[in-house]
Amino acid sequence: MVDRSKMAQQFIQAVPHAKALGMELIEIGNGEAAITMPYADHIVGDLKTGVIHGGAVSAVMDTCCGAAVMSHPSTPTGTATIDLRIDYMRAATPGQSVTARATCYHVGRSVAFVRATATDEDTGKPVATASGSFTVETKPGSLTERRK
Amino acid sequence: MMGKSEPKQLVEQRRDAALAALLQGVPYIQFMGIEFDRHGDELTGVLRFDDKLIGNPFLPALHGGVTSAFLEVTSIITLSLLHLWGRIETGEIDLEKMPLEQLPNLPKTIDFTADYLRSGRAQNAYARATVARAGRRYASVQSTAWQDNQAKPFAQASGHFLMPPAPEVVRDD
Repeated sequence: MVDRSKMAQQFIQAVPHAKALGMELIEIGNGEAAITMPYADHIVGDLKTGVIHGGAVSAVMDTCCGAAVMSHPSTPTGTATIDLRIDYMRAATPGQSVTARATCYHVGRSVAFVRATATDEDTGKPVATASGSFTVETKPGSLTERRK
Repeated sequence: MMGKSEPKQLVEQRRDAALAALLQGVPYIQFMGIEFDRHGDELTGVLRFDDKLIGNPFLPALHGGVTSAFLEVTSIITLSLLHLWGRIETGEIDLEKMPLEQLPNLPKTIDFTADYLRSGRAQNAYARATVARAGRRYASVQSTAWQDNQAKPFAQASGHFLMPPAPEVVRDD
């Protein structure tokens, strides 16, 4: 049995940008993932308001969607973002961490379709939602086997 | 009498000052290591490579979030400057009289869609944004990022932005 928390720790450690933003993987498995990112002064997008930049929200959304793909029961060996759309509903409250939750709603042989929601501490109102498609990479051997 | 070239030179200096002031208001831009090259009204975003921008250390490749953020930053700054220049030219804003810390607010992102064409490699990246339409309230901006070869972009994006409200008019009522 794989130690989930150890796996989560390793996932973040293996992604330098996720580490740089202080991301923490809090849930993973069965094509779903949740990642939290703490508030920090260096990710502020507007000094006048102290609101974090949309780019940092993109990074946590993208990481979380990728983690969800990797955790899918079809066990992809790798994934890359094909496209990702983010809708920004409201500004994240300054000082609060942002948590993204992603779900794979369809995983095919080559492509995974993922949706995600980001919230701050007020979990009832989303800060942003995301929808994207990701590549599903499998070991070269398994790919040729399926094509036969 | 002042030489004909002097006012133009002043315009350039004010543009640089306005750009620097805009960038200073965004700590995230410094964290990401994004700089801008300006030639007249043409703006190129430069993402200085750093290990912390890596998403996949095995390739290695830039993080998708980094690529998207770089395009979003380039879109916002390009849009802000265009908006600012327009208002300077109509005389709505006088940069000489306006303290730089009172520059208009930045546009807010409504939505942003990034297409990843190929993986971003562990090196500097460049981006340019084109404002397809900038209305009073909404703007539509397209952007492209490349590395070695501008003809082979590694990502492109399209975003919609909410423009900052025009400065309040003092009313007597």
